[in-house]
Amino acid sequence: MVNLEIDRVSVRFALKGATVEAVNDVSLRIRPGECVALVGESGCGKTVLASALLGFLPGNAETSGSARLGDVDLLAASDHELATTIRGRQIGLIPQSPASHLTPVRTARSQLEEAARVLGGDALQAAERAGLLPEHLDRYPHELSGGMAQRVANALALVGDPWLLIADEPTTGLDRDLVDGLLDEFRRLVDDGHAVLLITHDLAAAHRIADRIAVMYAGRIVEVGPAHEVLDNAKHPYSRGLANALPERDFLPIPGQPPLLTDLPAGCAFAPRCEQATAICEDRPVLTDDPHAVACHRPC
Amino acid sequence: MLTANGVTAGYREPVITDVSLTVQPGRTVGLAGPSGSGKSTLARVLALLHKPFGGTVEIDGETVTGFRFQAVQRTRIGVLFQQPRLSVDPRFTLRQAIAEPLKNQDRVEELASLVMLTDDLLGRRPHEVSDGQLQRACLARALALNPRYLICDEMTTMLDASTTAALVGVIRAYQRESNAGVLAISHDATLLTRWADETVRLSAPRPR
Repeated sequence: MVNLEIDRVSVRFALKGATVEAVNDVSLRIRPGECVALVGESGCGKTVLASALLGFLPGNAETSGSARLGDVDLLAASDHELATTIRGRQIGLIPQSPASHLTPVRTARSQLEEAARVLGGDALQAAERAGLLPEHLDRYPHELSGGMAQRVANALALVGDPWLLIADEPTTGLDRDLVDGLLDEFRRLVDDGHAVLLITHDLAAAHRIADRIAVMYAGRIVEVGPAHEVLDNAKHPYSRGLANALPERDFLPIPGQPPLLTDLPAGCAFAPRCEQATAICEDRPVLTDDPHAVACHRPC
Repeated sequence: MLTANGVTAGYREPVITDVSLTVQPGRTVGLAGPSGSGKSTLARVLALLHKPFGGTVEIDGETVTGFRFQAVQRTRIGVLFQQPRLSVDPRFTLRQAIAEPLKNQDRVEELASLVMLTDDLLGRRPHEVSDGQLQRACLARALALNPRYLICDEMTTMLDASTTAALVGVIRAYQRESNAGVLAISHDATLLTRWADETVRLSAPRPR
């Protein structure tokens, strides 16, 4: 088993007359037997980071930094190398809104058997592990409920027995029972020695299963640490605001809006919304090197 | 009052059978229930977007006789859906999306400031903004005609905690000013406890 070492990864998109700085200088390590949740609001760069790891970025993207999985740098590897050795085999992806990622004209079984054939897995075993009954497999995607489509996506991601699973907003649109079932399934995988990178805006889900939480704001990781520490004892004012906005807490929004990724401030990107900001925040804060790290000049 | 009286509705097969529900002006009713229990179907019936097989819908004492494009009361009800991306014409800027129900553009700025959308964001198209920013535009559009009732079908599913709290705050402020009634549908029991005055639960669908 190897670690995934994401080291100072940045992703930019060149548009006409503007550059979108979607991911900025992100470093993160994910080890076997660990679930890391990457949380932040939609549009903060979470999905772009996941796409970068799997080589799914569009042509106008420029990347820097490295993401090492053993000897392979995922950012430098060719598409052929990713397709034949990484995707599905070492890293499984559960994409956002799985129902729209399934091929609409083929049954769940036919898609799963194809993946099993290519990746050398066992389709029926993967289906059973994902909680699918054999009769579900003969349905077409439009005949599957959201929860069932999610399970098919899980089975597809797991059939090649990858050690790292990247789940992009897997709980969106599922009701609580299904969410709990899915999270329990992820936890079992982690306890079996797999690693899970859970990308989500759902703090409750992150709290439930993650060992560590990384909070992303405007393309940067602003805080990372043990899950309960980050949620209950947040150091970054943004993480604290996000946790306090939960309906079971203060249910109050963080004032203001995130900056445009085409026009990021030179200093701390959160400073314009931050009550604690002072002149020092015009310099960009660096993420500290602690087990509970924060990128803030004036942490809570 | 917006009332469903003994509504049976579905798509060939009924999804909900003999369901009654009332939204009082100024009040917020939560609607909960597992996947497939018919929450969205009931929402579509109450929004006059789907004709029920049986039962009636009343709005402020009038019994609704036509649904979808035949519903003369449609503009008195605002609707928000789970996926803002499927609810906005991708060719529109956010400004055009908000102005869609309006006869003139006068109120766009006012509505945009209500949901905290900046001028720069108003000039963008849906693919250039986040789900949260797009849902803000959808809320502004839903409030454009000063609806008497607002139906929010899983409005916050795609949103982070802060944006959820912000949009619920905007809706509450609108209610205080207009005395509008709100039907809030969500999977999230904690959210409904915090948001709604009372919560109605639909039971699990009968196995077919």
